[in-house]
Amino acid sequence: MSVIETKKLSRIYQDGDSLIHAVNQVDLQVEAGEFTAIIGPSGSGKTTLLNLIGGLDTPSEGTVTIENKPIHQLKDSELINFRLKHIGFVFQAYNLIPVLSAQENVEFIMLLQDQSKSARESRAKELLKAVGLEQQMHKRPSELSGGQQQRVAVARALASKPSFVLADEPTANLDSKSTEDLLDIMHRLNKEEGITFLFSTHDQRVIDRAERLIYVEDGQIKSDEKK
Amino acid sequence: MLLKIAWRNIWRNKRRSFITLTSVAFALFFAIIMRSMQTGTYDQAYSSVINATTGYMQWQGEGYWDKQSLDRSFHPDSHQRKQILAHEGVLDLLPRLESFALLASNNSDTKPGFLKGVDAELEAKYFQLNEKLLAGELPNSQNNGVLLASGLAENLSLGLGDTMVIIGQGYHGMSANGKYPVIGIADLKNPIANKSTVYLDLKELQFLTGAYGQVSAEVIIPKSKDQLIELKQDLALIIDDESSDLLTWQEMMPELIEAMEADSAGGLAILFILYLVIGFGIFGTILMLTAERKPEYGILLSIGMSRGRMALTSFMETGLLSLLGILGGSFLAWPLAAYYHYNPIELGGDMDAMMEEYGMEPLLPFSLDGDIWLTHGSIMLIISLLLSFYAVVTIYRLNPVNAMRR
Repeated sequence: MSVIETKKLSRIYQDGDSLIHAVNQVDLQVEAGEFTAIIGPSGSGKTTLLNLIGGLDTPSEGTVTIENKPIHQLKDSELINFRLKHIGFVFQAYNLIPVLSAQENVEFIMLLQDQSKSARESRAKELLKAVGLEQQMHKRPSELSGGQQQRVAVARALASKPSFVLADEPTANLDSKSTEDLLDIMHRLNKEEGITFLFSTHDQRVIDRAERLIYVEDGQIKSDEKK
Repeated sequence: MLLKIAWRNIWRNKRRSFITLTSVAFALFFAIIMRSMQTGTYDQAYSSVINATTGYMQWQGEGYWDKQSLDRSFHPDSHQRKQILAHEGVLDLLPRLESFALLASNNSDTKPGFLKGVDAELEAKYFQLNEKLLAGELPNSQNNGVLLASGLAENLSLGLGDTMVIIGQGYHGMSANGKYPVIGIADLKNPIANKSTVYLDLKELQFLTGAYGQVSAEVIIPKSKDQLIELKQDLALIIDDESSDLLTWQEMMPELIEAMEADSAGGLAILFILYLVIGFGIFGTILMLTAERKPEYGILLSIGMSRGRMALTSFMETGLLSLLGILGGSFLAWPLAAYYHYNPIELGGDMDAMMEEYGMEPLLPFSLDGDIWLTHGSIMLIISLLLSFYAVVTIYRLNPVNAMRR
């Protein structure tokens, strides 16, 4: 079953008199349980494609369907709510809430979903344990290393039990050890819990671990291969 | 958790938050102290003038206040009088009869005079007439004499034990002439009153003018001067005929209120400027804060936080910051205002003499009226919350991708 499906998806920007096709007529399908990386040079349109799939940006043309829901037709407030329930995000710069502890950051998503305090606490602890941070759950982001912060971000992305996780260059700011640890965790979650991951990356270590590679250049898919 | 986030956000930049809340506290401190001094002084002035003249409320003969003539005096209904005295908001009733006459002394000087027939014991109890005595005693039914204002006594060259003649017209054209010993001299402070007033025992003046049982007014002494309107409404149900009027001091002396309001407007203009300056300070903080947080707002929007919840958090953050400043300013202002409430500033020199001339005590007491704290605290909070709409508008117009790119 396709979790993500795009048809003739385009995002066109105006730059002075010229038009820039950041994403150009992309047809893409991602099945449940995939561990997929979108790769390509800087400025090729990877992040824009992820933003369109995540409902953060509006397509100029084409459609984005997530679990049979055409999200390009949703209004702003509906999109926010849809993201909350169906999509987990991991950003390059971790982007945790600095005034909350690791546990509170993970709980925050569930609070937005109006889950009970006890349900939030138990799931946050479970997820932080899964990413190996059970000893750091009361620390604030500023007290954690970059790798640890990104693991909290992964736990946060999974807190809402999303249909899939979008990760934009998740290892770009991490050292080798942290990158390997993070990839191990994500890979394990993918295999053991069937969570679908879609990355954009430059990182060869991520590319090596990915099970499907989509090569993007000039806003178009140039190749799409499964290992 | 939103409250927790808002609270913790305040302390992300401690120095900036401290400067902002200090400026709010200072503005409020200044506003409260200024209004406390103004209100306290006005209350004192009102109280002095009211006590020296009309009292807070009067029960008068119909149309007496518009044309103050002995012929418009009235005979209070004893049943209504009892009912008024029985009202829980009334402490007492002070009967007064007032008239004008020509006054003469044995050295052939004559002066016009204002005759006040009073129950001197009650006037002393509620308006401290006894404290104004320079010499002698208050008039009563036994001594049958007159108490002269010191300026009048001087103009007529009269002293204690001398005789003064009253030549006037009594009730409904009767002759009102009499000869009285001077039994007391008082300093009434107010220059006009001090050159014209003669106090007699009420019954004596009623006898002199032939206005037996008549009074110009019954001064109503209220338990609370702050609930006069409600009291008047209640008493109007008791005095439901058209032969008498109930008037509050505001109705009798509207010019006093106008004078105070004109003076107060100047103070309010200064406060407006102060609030404007502080408002810009708070707005500067909100501008910086919003600019800094834009990427964070973008993230929160991406992960599914609604714009409404984000706006609420931002609202709470500004509200909490302002509340801290408001509490600080209020607590700082309290001891200073309380000190000068119980130990009023004493005016010296020309100001002292000028205030006394107008029958006011030369003191600047501060007010501890909770309304001052509540009003100016609320103004500060409302200003802050209105300014925080800038952050709210920013949040509602935010594009998450652009915000995160910053």
